[in-house]
Amino acid sequence: MKQTKRIPMPVRYGINLVLTLALWGVLAAMIASGVITNYWNGVLITIGINVILAVSLNIATGYLGQLPLGHAGFMAVGAYAGGIFMKATPLGALLKAGETGAAVPWIILALLIAGLTAGVFGLIIGIPALRLKGDYLAIITLGFGEIIRVVLTNVDSVLGFKFTYGAAGLKQIPKITSFNLVFLCVALTILIIHMVMKSKHGRAILSIRENQIAAESVGINTTYYKVAAFVLSAVFAGVAGCLYAGYLGSLVPSSFKFMKSIEILVMVVLGGMGSMLGSVIAASVLTVISELLRSVGDYRMVFYALLLVLMMIFRPKGLMGTYDFSMSRLLEKLINRGKAKPVPSAAEGEEAQRDE
Amino acid sequence: MADFFSQVVNALQLGSIYALVALGYSMVYGIIMLLNFAHGDIIMVGAYATYFAVCQYGLHPLVAVLLAVLISTLLGVLIEKAAYTPLRSAPRLSLLITAIGVSFLLENGAQLLFGADTKSMVKTPLISGTLNLGGVTVSLAAVITIVVSVIAMIALTFLVQKTKLGKAMRAVSEDMGAAQLMGISLNRTISFTFAIGSFLAGIGAVLHVGSYFQASPMMGSMLGLKAFVAAVLGGIGSIPGAMIGGFAIGIVETLVTVAGLSTWKDGVVFAILIVVLLVKPTGILGRPMVEKV
Repeated sequence: MKQTKRIPMPVRYGINLVLTLALWGVLAAMIASGVITNYWNGVLITIGINVILAVSLNIATGYLGQLPLGHAGFMAVGAYAGGIFMKATPLGALLKAGETGAAVPWIILALLIAGLTAGVFGLIIGIPALRLKGDYLAIITLGFGEIIRVVLTNVDSVLGFKFTYGAAGLKQIPKITSFNLVFLCVALTILIIHMVMKSKHGRAILSIRENQIAAESVGINTTYYKVAAFVLSAVFAGVAGCLYAGYLGSLVPSSFKFMKSIEILVMVVLGGMGSMLGSVIAASVLTVISELLRSVGDYRMVFYALLLVLMMIFRPKGLMGTYDFSMSRLLEKLINRGKAKPVPSAAEGEEAQRDE
Repeated sequence: MADFFSQVVNALQLGSIYALVALGYSMVYGIIMLLNFAHGDIIMVGAYATYFAVCQYGLHPLVAVLLAVLISTLLGVLIEKAAYTPLRSAPRLSLLITAIGVSFLLENGAQLLFGADTKSMVKTPLISGTLNLGGVTVSLAAVITIVVSVIAMIALTFLVQKTKLGKAMRAVSEDMGAAQLMGISLNRTISFTFAIGSFLAGIGAVLHVGSYFQASPMMGSMLGLKAFVAAVLGGIGSIPGAMIGGFAIGIVETLVTVAGLSTWKDGVVFAILIVVLLVKPTGILGRPMVEKV
């Protein structure tokens, strides 16, 4: 059989790096030249945060095939952990003095702490919750999410701390979130999730979605991988929460209601459960739409709800299904045009099937 | 002592509303394995129907009650026909997401139509007056709520255990395919289950308005979720279980409120849910589930 040309791995990552840098360059240039106004710069940041939330929920919903309804809870944990940490550090003074260079290590630390705290909560919640399946898992994660919110609202009045400042909200958080930081976080999140899902660990997670009993019978430690995927999902939700805290500069527990979890879920479902590209597109489009619909406030949620129901009835796979775009695959197709079809390797076989 | 007694009545009053809602959850879950998130919102619609009938159009309370129950029942069947029937063979996850979508549609639709504010019926209560029970005064609404709930539950038990339709419902929940082969009409049985569940939700709505005098777009979501906790606690699919669970949740909430921690009561209810799911996922009276390959 005639061998077809394949693009080696480092080159594939190189191509994606160039494309990502190009996108960043275009957007940054547009912001610098004022084509993207201050308002739309804010929208871009919100899009970035929502993209991180959507792709992180996609790990648990799309790849693992479960339906956690407490994603806003993890976001809240990350936001409060990051917010409280940032207030305790000299970050605010550094930013005010314009010493951005000295602030960078603190910002990285804050994001890490937010992600790790959310991850720990993911572990604590995931171990008991993932013993259950389907509806029970949905409702138990919903319960945990609500408990997190109730605790955030009431913990100060019970223990006498000045910690989360209860319903009044945590204020004067250093505003660390800029377009560049969000863009970097989005790119890293997508890269890490992509790498995990292409590794043998990612394949194990996918096999659990397809058939848990079959996965177990070929020796996959399903409990371990379910909890791992759940924790990974929580970590990135925490990072997104920290960016959210650093963008708004203040936090109130009521912004992390059940409603928020559903908003994130709509993005994932609309984009296609199991498609990273779908999540990114859906998160971006829905954020822009809700900005445009801001003037008609109440209609927005009705629109969301209708979208969810109609989508499930007429196209339950979502816009993209489980399809994911790959620049390298496209290039390979162009290179090999006219030749015999490339022999799919073991790892590529599944993707080729999904394309059809 | 009198104080204690009135708190017990409060707990039973709240508990019987939870129990009625939990029954609806439990029946629907038992028959098509769907966690019907929209169930709580049917109560919200019923409450609004009562409010508008009495306060806006000045109808007789009895007419308002019938109207509210009728609207709730029809809404339940309509939701089943429009949103759940097309997805009967779809994966469970799709069905669950649809249920969440319907719930959101009802909540936000109500907010759009009726406004986000709470409609109060304090000036024109559905049921007013008090009753003297052995030296203790309790509100008539509380007594009616408890009595009506108990009657509804007994009637439901009779319906499910003794009638032909009840038998069909039990058969479908046991094995859908086999029931169909025995000549049971799936569509009719499932619609009927939704109708009964929503009928009970309608009664729950009227009793809720009668007891707490208010209607708001989001009232159904927390109420529904807590009723689901009650259904899980009692054992999903079991009628006496839903009653026990409902009363238990009512008692716990009242206890937490009496202890002065009313802001924590949602947290406590969900903590109960988590403990139950971890210790005995089938609930107090539920049947153990066997996984088939």
